Amino acid sequence: MIRRLAVILPLAAFLLFVVIAIRGLDSDPSRPIESGMVGQPVPDFELEGLNDANPGLAASDLRQGTVTLVNLFGSWCLPCRVEAPQLERLAASGAVVHAVAIRDETQDVEEFLAEYGDPFSRIGMDPRGRMQIEFGATGVPETYLIDGDGVIRAQWIGEIRPENVEEILARMEALQ
Amino acid sequence: MIPELGHFALWLAAALALVQLIGGEVELRRKDDDAALRLLVPAAIGQALLCTGAFGALIWAFTVSDFSVLLVASHSHTEKPLLYKLTGAWANHEGSMLLWVTVLALFGLAAAARATGPGGRFRVRLIQTMGAIALGFYAYLLVSSNPFLRLDPAPVEGRGLNPLLQDPGLAFHPPLLYLGYVGMSATFAFAVAALLERQVTPAWGRAVRPWVLAAWSFLTAGIMLGSFWAYYELGWGGWWFWDPVENASLMPWLAATALFHSVGVLAARGALKNWTILLAVLAFSLSMVGTFIVRSGLLTSVHAFAVDPERGLFLLILLGIYVGGALILYALRASTVNEGARFRFVSREGALVVNNLILSAILGVVFIGTLYPVALEAISGERVSVGPPYYETALLPLIFVLLVLMAAGPFLKWRLADLRAVGARLLPAFVTAAVLALVAVLFGLRGVLAALGVAVAGWLGAASLLIVLGPRARRLSLSATGTALAHFGVAVTALGIAASAAGSIERTYPLAPGETARIADFEIRLDAVEPWAGPNYTSVRGLVSAAYDGNSELLAPERRAFVNPMQVTTETDILVRPSGNLYAVLGDGDGEGRWQVRLHWQPLVALIWIGGLIAAGGGVVAAFAGGKRRARERREAAA
Repeated sequence: MIRRLAVILPLAAFLLFVVIAIRGLDSDPSRPIESGMVGQPVPDFELEGLNDANPGLAASDLRQGTVTLVNLFGSWCLPCRVEAPQLERLAASGAVVHAVAIRDETQDVEEFLAEYGDPFSRIGMDPRGRMQIEFGATGVPETYLIDGDGVIRAQWIGEIRPENVEEILARMEALQ
Repeated sequence: MIPELGHFALWLAAALALVQLIGGEVELRRKDDDAALRLLVPAAIGQALLCTGAFGALIWAFTVSDFSVLLVASHSHTEKPLLYKLTGAWANHEGSMLLWVTVLALFGLAAAARATGPGGRFRVRLIQTMGAIALGFYAYLLVSSNPFLRLDPAPVEGRGLNPLLQDPGLAFHPPLLYLGYVGMSATFAFAVAALLERQVTPAWGRAVRPWVLAAWSFLTAGIMLGSFWAYYELGWGGWWFWDPVENASLMPWLAATALFHSVGVLAARGALKNWTILLAVLAFSLSMVGTFIVRSGLLTSVHAFAVDPERGLFLLILLGIYVGGALILYALRASTVNEGARFRFVSREGALVVNNLILSAILGVVFIGTLYPVALEAISGERVSVGPPYYETALLPLIFVLLVLMAAGPFLKWRLADLRAVGARLLPAFVTAAVLALVAVLFGLRGVLAALGVAVAGWLGAASLLIVLGPRARRLSLSATGTALAHFGVAVTALGIAASAAGSIERTYPLAPGETARIADFEIRLDAVEPWAGPNYTSVRGLVSAAYDGNSELLAPERRAFVNPMQVTTETDILVRPSGNLYAVLGDGDGEGRWQVRLHWQPLVALIWIGGLIAAGGGVVAAFAGGKRRARERREAAA
């Protein structure tokens, strides 16, 4: 019996492949891959702070009842410089913006903040990009909208552009 | 005129493939093997010559930039350097499929002219199967991917070649890879013929072995070239990305690796018959699945030239006929093949079974990782991508065990091995491994996994050298020499992987000209960023000086802007030192004089490709083993 199964198994596996392939041929492969985490609670994480003056960022900070933004950035990333004024505008309009510095070093981040402004309530350091992977992010910068219960509601891939600011504020307002 | 001749030659070649299939059947019904061979061998030779002629016609059209041929107009340009006019012939869907079929026809010629095997009927079936495979792919070319379509009126200029493909690596990577992929077709035909004629015997194992090894060596070299191209052309600093297309070439490689190890058991001991046949079918099936995945647009990648669901469906039907047919034949006949000799676990045979189990497990992991996203999307519409963490977690333990055991394998005797004697012979390898790991740690290697990796590489490398340099080296067979060489190559690759994975440093700095930065032992300075003009592109070149130990070297990473078609590519520049590579990429500018400069320090990374080429060389050496016996068998068959 087992012998007969072993002989037929390759054929069965191949038929399964053919069925999947026929269905797959109809799909459009150029759609960008969004994070599967949208709609999910934030994964558990706890990141060290930038320096002694900064408390760091943990998943529990995102479940305090307020709607927050989490911005993944790097001091080495040029588009992050481009989006800095938009983050300042969001913070000035009352949004709580947290940041995670991806694959970065304390001194570089401090210099970056001194030059491009520091709108962030909390800054976590993610030197190996672990949190980045758990959030389903593919690059830097990316920004996540998280509701008061710590559920990820939206993701922006790439820099926040001036025209996005109103939309983000409206969505935060609606969730509050 | 010449393109029409090429087109006509393709039709004639298809007709000869049909003769191979039908004519062989007619003569076999009359039970006249010799008449069948007198018909089939010239047909296979003629088919190969005609197909090669067609490929030559396409090359000619590209060389003279004949834009009245649609394919040339779409993929070439008069301003391109000659080399890229030539490689343009296969850097597109239709042309590369023509190359694929040409390689198939040449393997068909080689199989018709040189293959030995159990009996005349077997040889007829072999040539017949090669013809049947070729026939389907001729139909595919002529019906849905004709490379010789004309354009009237002809445009005055072509649309150019994807700049990513304008690279010397691309001149050789596809042909080598195809020699490997398509080379497996001969192995497949051997398996089908053996099943049809119920000839799964040790003689069959000996006959198929050089074909597997040759295809495996080409495939190894092709994969290594592709990996090297991705490393320096794509600018990510990595050498393997677990991209579906890379996996598509890795899967047949894994099957072929398992295959020539199990063929060894079949040839020497008459065991593992069904398993070996299944692997022979799988190796080429996975090659075709790879071609299908890449060409159907099922997955996105740099290789997806033409996303056309209709072509995908055509390929899928061919795949269904060949793979489905072979697997049905296998299911019907495998239960009738007697399982052959039994053996003990602690023996050469036992070790090769373990090798096959581990390789199959690795193959399973890669297969699931590659197809899971496609399957998930087909079922639930959800899109995911499977990344390196999955592969690394699943594969590392398997690879460790494989590397540890493969050092001992060649020391084991057939039937029953004496483990204590083997242990004594391997003692020097054990000492080498320990010393190497210790030295690496003293040199600053960090991490248990990395130290283990270096130790395992040392263990395998030393064990392989012991065979070639040891007391029994004089009486070493070609087969054993090839094995030792290939295993040594794997050890070299493993050392490169362990050292570069553990010691790699990546830093990105936004630098203005004149500013400095540090990475590893290098003091980096962006001297200047200047424009410069290449043959068919303009480029922004960063001049980056890297100072170390009192020396200074200049690196010049570029961003090239091509006009035909419009595209920007990053050209890395790499400083190769014995201790490792310093890899520099020029990124975006911020418009105010700063440029993103990304630097990687990768210790011993070059060993990865050097080891791969050594392994391929080992495969070539082993392929020549048993040549005298085969020559005698051919003479006897002719007499």
